[in-house]
Amino acid sequence: MHMGDALISATVGGTFWAVSGASLAGASRRLRREGDESRVPLMGVLGAFVFAVQMVNFAIPGTGSSGHLVGALMLAALLGPPAALLVMGSVLLVQALFFADGGLLAFGCNLFNMGILPIFVAFPLLYAPLARRGRPGLGALLAAGVGMELGALAVSLETVASGLTGLSFRAFLLALLPIHLPIGLVEGVATALVLRFVARARPGLLVPRPEPIGRRVLGTILGAAVLVAGLLSWIASRQPDGLAWATARVAPALGAAPGAALHRLAAGIQQRTAFLPDYALPGPDVNLLRQRSGTSLAGLLGGAVTLLLVATVGWLLARRRASPPEA
Amino acid sequence: MASLADALLDLREMDRLARLDTPIHRLEPRAKVLATALFLAVLASFGPREVSSLLPLALFPVALAALGGIPFALVVRKVALGLPFILVLGAFLPWLERMPALQVGPLVLSAGWLAYGSLLARGILAMATATVLVAATGFGEMCAALDRLGAPRAFSQQLLFLHRYLFLVGEEAERARQARALRAAGRPLSAREFGPFAGHLLIRSWERAERVHLALCARGFEGTLPKRVQGRFRRREWTFLLGWATFFILCRWRPLPVLLGSLLPGGAP
Repeated sequence: MHMGDALISATVGGTFWAVSGASLAGASRRLRREGDESRVPLMGVLGAFVFAVQMVNFAIPGTGSSGHLVGALMLAALLGPPAALLVMGSVLLVQALFFADGGLLAFGCNLFNMGILPIFVAFPLLYAPLARRGRPGLGALLAAGVGMELGALAVSLETVASGLTGLSFRAFLLALLPIHLPIGLVEGVATALVLRFVARARPGLLVPRPEPIGRRVLGTILGAAVLVAGLLSWIASRQPDGLAWATARVAPALGAAPGAALHRLAAGIQQRTAFLPDYALPGPDVNLLRQRSGTSLAGLLGGAVTLLLVATVGWLLARRRASPPEA
Repeated sequence: MASLADALLDLREMDRLARLDTPIHRLEPRAKVLATALFLAVLASFGPREVSSLLPLALFPVALAALGGIPFALVVRKVALGLPFILVLGAFLPWLERMPALQVGPLVLSAGWLAYGSLLARGILAMATATVLVAATGFGEMCAALDRLGAPRAFSQQLLFLHRYLFLVGEEAERARQARALRAAGRPLSAREFGPFAGHLLIRSWERAERVHLALCARGFEGTLPKRVQGRFRRREWTFLLGWATFFILCRWRPLPVLLGSLLPGGAP
């Protein structure tokens, strides 16, 4: 689910950096206020644990495939949400920097999808109430499944709003949501297994009664949701071929009569399918094509020369560095 | 990522590179962090079908790697880790956008191919730059830079602690994995075993953290790691940052390769 920088436009990346940065700042403030800074070394160890355990694959019975733990939900159960967010953020940043796993510009998106959504939405709304009623296993399963699906939904929104892949919102949802449901359930089972083991072996470690969602937290989440929705629609209005197209599809299905929605959907599909053949061959506008390819040919040649120049400069710099310095 | 052992090896290699002494390593870390942030923002602000106009930006990671003594092979290996994902995700593009956009002799390239090329170029440039940044700066220095640039204190502390414990816990996990693998005769880890396996690792790491924490407290630790020697933003840093900023803006403002290409024989429109 890690998004790379290639998929993200500057606006979307910046927006989610702002959201995630504000959340990180809020979480640190909360930790400081609660005098919990002494837990910082513990958080470091848990971050390292999540990093290591993400690479331990286990066999999923009956499928021949394997899964692993992602960890946000487990961190929230062990440390409480604010500390869990900081730990998840640090793990994601290390993965982006050292392993090209998720981008730096996309860090805000990744923390939102894999940190904020499971920790501040799925954990307090699903895990905490069920764990208080003595059903932590069910809570972990539900929270992980829902958290993962929310994350996949957010990935689709962010990618389509960036408008760099050309895939429609529907196509993204159809591709991502079904794949992430089993991933989420595996995450839930793995989280439940680890938590159950820890609860038996060291009952003192778990937060005994995770607090369910408070009114203020709920208000913050709703506020953030409104903010993100507003920003996304603002981005969409500036990029008509990306999200606007998707929201035009989705919005009627949510609000208007089902007949109208179906009609629009059909019209959309028809338009879409009839759209492509027209463009498959050079149209009548041959002049335009010539013009475009003219500049583009210059671009192609120039691009090759540019790469050659860059490589030469790099080679020269490296050689100068490698040669012994002059006295 | 292949395996935990490989990941730890890679981490060590990058830490070793970060201790080199080159003009790039000597720059104050904030200058490098800010220049990289600007680089990524400019890279992401290009339109979806621009390929050739992105290419001059490659000078940034190439020059940094060359001057910073970062081996080309390492950068290629890192980029290769992240590339398959982009290759698959963008593979639909040539089918989705079939409008012809570029003609080279008899060959007509569609807009989709250009968008695919753009996606790949972005991915490669972004991943290469992130790798070069951390290898030529060092993780600890980067955390200090983030801290001084206004990142929340608890977060920069968390990053430092995470980096310290990665090796400790990672090696513990690798030993546990090896011990199991030696006794399991090739049988993969089952879901039922996962709970105790990960749980034991967690408890062991946790207890170790408590011991480390007590030891830290005994030595006067009060919640934050001591500050490093603070570098200053001198003329060298300003030149580096402003120079690259000018270059990035120039790249964004004018399609340099097109201008270059139109100077070549046969390239004029």
